[in-house]
Amino acid sequence: MRLRLSTLPHIRSGETTTTLMLNVLIALVPCVIAGIYNFGWNAAMLMAVCMGTAILSEYLFQLIARRPVRVGDLSALVTGLILALNLPSSAPWWMAVVGSAFAIVIVKELFGGIGSNFMNPALTARAVLLASWPVMMTAYVSPTYWQQGVDAVSSATPLGGLSASYLDLFLGRIPGSIGEVSKVMILVGLVYLIISRTITWHIPVCMVGSAFLFSWIFGADPVAAILSGGLLFGAVFMATDYTTCPMTFKGQVMYAAGCGLIVAVIRAFGSYPEGVTYAILLMNIVTPLIDKYVRHRVYGHGKGEKHNG
Amino acid sequence: MADNNRSIGSVFLDGVITENPTFRLVLGICPTIATTTSAINGLGMGAAATFVLIGSNAVISLLRNFIPDKVRIPAFVVVICTFVTMVQLLMQAFVPSLYDALGMFIPLIVVNCIILARAEAFASKNGVLPSIVDGLGMGVGFTGAITLMGCVRELISSGSIFGLNVLSAGYQPMLLIGMAAGGFMVFGLSLGAFNLIVNRVEKKKGGVKA
Amino acid sequence: MNEILRILLFMVSCVLSHNFIFSRFLGCCPFLGVSNKVGTAAGMGLAVTFVMGLASLFTYVVYHFILVPLQLTYLDTISFILVIAALVQFVETFLKKSSPSLYNALGIYLPLITTNCAVLGVAVLNVSEGYNLLYSVLNGVFGALGFLLAIVLMAGVRERLELADIPKCLRGFPIGLIIAGLMSVAFMGFLGLA
Repeated sequence: MRLRLSTLPHIRSGETTTTLMLNVLIALVPCVIAGIYNFGWNAAMLMAVCMGTAILSEYLFQLIARRPVRVGDLSALVTGLILALNLPSSAPWWMAVVGSAFAIVIVKELFGGIGSNFMNPALTARAVLLASWPVMMTAYVSPTYWQQGVDAVSSATPLGGLSASYLDLFLGRIPGSIGEVSKVMILVGLVYLIISRTITWHIPVCMVGSAFLFSWIFGADPVAAILSGGLLFGAVFMATDYTTCPMTFKGQVMYAAGCGLIVAVIRAFGSYPEGVTYAILLMNIVTPLIDKYVRHRVYGHGKGEKHNG
Repeated sequence: MADNNRSIGSVFLDGVITENPTFRLVLGICPTIATTTSAINGLGMGAAATFVLIGSNAVISLLRNFIPDKVRIPAFVVVICTFVTMVQLLMQAFVPSLYDALGMFIPLIVVNCIILARAEAFASKNGVLPSIVDGLGMGVGFTGAITLMGCVRELISSGSIFGLNVLSAGYQPMLLIGMAAGGFMVFGLSLGAFNLIVNRVEKKKGGVKA
Repeated sequence: MNEILRILLFMVSCVLSHNFIFSRFLGCCPFLGVSNKVGTAAGMGLAVTFVMGLASLFTYVVYHFILVPLQLTYLDTISFILVIAALVQFVETFLKKSSPSLYNALGIYLPLITTNCAVLGVAVLNVSEGYNLLYSVLNGVFGALGFLLAIVLMAGVRERLELADIPKCLRGFPIGLIIAGLMSVAFMGFLGLA
């Protein structure tokens, strides 16, 4: 008889996966509003399609594979929504379908479902879509939907050569993926996540700090570096994914510092203008080794709540 | 496994289905991923490997009583290598475009585990005719598997099969499937599907017996 | 100075962006076969590094100082494989005599390396890319370090998934290949490095 493992973070505070996921969804609401405000109904459509496909594919897989149906834990909704927020608003609906089905079935369910995947499903799906349809995945449009009343034309992002002021970057008056442009709304989400004790500050702060430091070392403008692209969104919502980040405080700091370093390296030397997706995925892969080798110290301290992030 | 116990037909079928080198024995992973980017590359690689398999199996089987046991592996490798060099020169002369597409994976047939494994497990213990049939069976099994996977990957990553466009012009090819990552994943999933089918069939057979 | 920078970037690209497993798909058999435990995976990776570095050196010498002058370059594959087989045999004997502890750690992997296509692959690659002696050896050593990185990361993931509820038909090789595919997606981030 095989033992069935429960979801990875074995938290003792009585919180269930569902409440955690609900908290993440609530924290994403500001980004969702900003996304629809900036990019219009196509953004809303992509979110709906992603979430719908994610739920449906999880349900169908669990049904076909004769597994307990666990769609109710909301994790598929979170995956779908985060993937949608990572797409450019001009993306066609079928790309949202392919991406979320891939995220749920290949990245998550084939490995045994929630708590067993070793890479973040939404991010992996984004990387897959980017490799498969590079032109459509980088057709970013300006966030001026309500001003112009029509879909704006696609243009370069700040990382792709567009110049923008810090304020523009901060308020999200720049082209980019649906959820990543408005830094204010991401910070609102972060505050909620920390207050509701869904995550601790370690990973977001260390990742942003490390990206700041290394961008500065590699000769880029460090303030612009942390305000552009998906860095903040990734640091708050994706690097903190329970299943794919280390369990211990020390491990998390190493993980987040690694993410920041790789972001800076890819932006400075790689052929992609943006590296947040890959940085987090690469550190996801290193996470099992970090957990293997930096485990005991924190157990010695006996601080259970450090486990969550 | 003495040669007179089994019919030639069953030796052939073993290679194609029950001991399919790609799906059952999972040998030769690298060339499989490298050459299934399109159906024609898969077919070309399969044909080259089949030629080497038949040739090396035949020669090794002929020499099986003369090769001292201690140096048999180096001896096998030399025989295999001779055939690989022949294939290399032939392909370079007659199908240069295919030769370029397969690139370094032609010389690497030498270290393809399928060939050495058949030399060791079959040809060095059996007569010439069964060895040739075994080489043919294994070769056909390998070729079939990688051509099939080549069709799947080519269809998804460029909308065509053997270079013929089969999907409508509006199809947006999924480039990832043509890359290394797609190769690993398509191979893994095909392997899973093959296992699923084999398990189902075996279960049914078991059910009939019971 | 410029040359040093170029060499450094070449080393990094050998490990990351032209990773032997994730972008050249060479050496997949040991990568999937010997990656169940981090310890053994590291042993295999080290043994491969050792042999690949030496193999690049010797095959370079054989190709450029024996085969080219004699106009026998069509015999490259056969001479490379013989050099590699002899080399592995030599390394095994040498380690057994000189460093039994290292031999005990790496010994069991050595015979497997002869048929590791990454070793013959690096020799063929060095010739087809026209690398000089320095670049050939660097390609061998750092390419193998990329293999070491890949196999250790793979083993880490597999150890973690040991108890995961993976569908029956995917256990073993199939899920290993899918993991490799997903890891390869992540390694695409290094594209164009150097």
